Amino acid sequence: MITAHPSGDTTTAPSPTKDPEPRQARRHPRRARRTRRARRGSGLASLLFLLPLLVMFGYFAWWPIGQSVILSTQETNLVSDPEWVGLENFRYLFNDPLLWATLRNTAWFVVLAMLFGFPVPILLALLVSELRRFGGVFRVLIYLPVVVPPVVALMLWRWFYDPDFGLFNQVLGYVGLGPYPWLQSTATAMPSLVLAATWAHAGSTTLIYLAALSSVPADLYEAAELDGASIWRRIWHVTLPQMRGVILIMLLLQIIGTFQIFTEPFILTDGGPEDSTVTILLLIYRYAFLNGDYGTAAALSVLLALVLSVLSAVYLRVTRKWSTS
Amino acid sequence: MSDDDRSRGVISPADRRRTSVRWFLGISHPVILTAIAIAGLGPILWTAKGALSPTQELLQDPLRLWPSVIQWSNLASAWEELRLGRFLFNTVVLVGGSWFCQLLVATLGAYALSVLRPRSGRIVYYAVLATLFIPGTTSLVALYLVVLDLPLTGGSIANTPWSVWLPAGAHAFNVLIMKQFFDGLPRELHEAAQVDGAGPWRLFWQIVLPMSGPIVAVVSLLAVMSAWKEFLWPMIVISDTDAQPLSVALPRLADSAEQNQVIAGMLITIIPPLLLFLVFQRHIVRGINFTGLKG
Repeated sequence: MITAHPSGDTTTAPSPTKDPEPRQARRHPRRARRTRRARRGSGLASLLFLLPLLVMFGYFAWWPIGQSVILSTQETNLVSDPEWVGLENFRYLFNDPLLWATLRNTAWFVVLAMLFGFPVPILLALLVSELRRFGGVFRVLIYLPVVVPPVVALMLWRWFYDPDFGLFNQVLGYVGLGPYPWLQSTATAMPSLVLAATWAHAGSTTLIYLAALSSVPADLYEAAELDGASIWRRIWHVTLPQMRGVILIMLLLQIIGTFQIFTEPFILTDGGPEDSTVTILLLIYRYAFLNGDYGTAAALSVLLALVLSVLSAVYLRVTRKWSTS
Repeated sequence: MSDDDRSRGVISPADRRRTSVRWFLGISHPVILTAIAIAGLGPILWTAKGALSPTQELLQDPLRLWPSVIQWSNLASAWEELRLGRFLFNTVVLVGGSWFCQLLVATLGAYALSVLRPRSGRIVYYAVLATLFIPGTTSLVALYLVVLDLPLTGGSIANTPWSVWLPAGAHAFNVLIMKQFFDGLPRELHEAAQVDGAGPWRLFWQIVLPMSGPIVAVVSLLAVMSAWKEFLWPMIVISDTDAQPLSVALPRLADSAEQNQVIAGMLITIIPPLLLFLVFQRHIVRGINFTGLKG
């Protein structure tokens, strides 16, 4: 047996120790020489194959992650040399009333997204999965909003939300409602953003729920029927418990996504009115690219990264646990 | 997504014969399906209508189903005056390069990690995995400074396509699903090839890659669709208006240009990903299940 991959391959390696070569060398000197040559070749070859990955991750993933932490303790303005300022950036950040407004906005966004964005895909999936015909067509239709590039979609929503000429106020006007200010008032701006975001993202979540629904075993429903469970009780006691893994995963993904909302407020409101829709990423963008204050932007980025890495760790644990059980 | 062979869901065949259930389904299904059709098709059809209507009509009567006059000339004038061809070309260049970089890094890297398995492979693997925990948006500022002044070599790649192409390559998810796929290929095949004297490059090019059609297709589609949607990063690194993609140019043009011409630009931006989706929907749906559940 000639293996070019003696390390790491625990399934074929005779012992968990890294290097089976010395023993082989004693018994088969010629084979050992060949193995060694193959390995040396493969070491160089692996490096060559890994090179694009190492270069791109090195420059554009690992380095920026480390650099963010360093930047957050420096004053950087691209003109003079960066200067170490300790926790000054963080102090400035925490004293900025806009930060607290932003955190409130984000929390409000999460609450609204849970009210609209979370149940809508579950309901859609439940209804579409009961279709006996046209299920395929409606899967395509449900996914269409996801295909439209977000910038284009949001420019459309801006048209539709227009208080004077917008589609929504016209339609609502026919049934005697409105006109509503939509994006122009602090009370309705955030719900309007959430509505647009839900429209854009519900499609892919619904398709994932549909796949999960189709893997619920039919005999569970039949057993519940024998016990006389009504349709609602079957949904509550069979369908939802069977789906709780996916639902939890989607919930986490939605929260992780919500923390990174940028394009919606940037295109629709630019954070207004009265900063009621400034989100974390929009604030980072303003600090860095409007004020040129890279240090404070990095400080906020580091805090965001801490929160998100905790959420991602939970997410990864849940997916692991759920896909093995 | 095999839904056709599935015999039943929550509602049993016996239930379907009950009057109350038939009433409920009979009313709820048409309502929800109409809503889905309007939400899915409506905005796209409205964009198509808007691109062919006079601006005045869009403002006065946004609900109008059919334009009073179909202005095909509007498409041509938008193409000319807004230079949409230029921006479309930029978009295609950026998307194509991002796709190539992602595929290059993912296939070569995953092959090394899964098949060649160098000694330090596990460290590299965990370092790639770690970047999944920290979404790219959180190192946006540092990434921008990297692009302005590359570490070690120096020099700026801002305002060049490289500033979009290269960071796109650092995409951990692609590497992971590609490695997962390579791990599932039969090892006997690799060993047989090595006994026959095939080197690592031939093993990759003639055996592993030809067997990886499905995963390469999924990764390619996801890469192209997501690169087409990219907005924040190209807006930051490509400030030269002549080099911007459609998604960055359109919001800028929206403030100054004739509105129906802007809508024509929006239509042109929608069509390529839409066609791609309609042609490859099966692959894409499979990809969604991948990304959603196996992250």
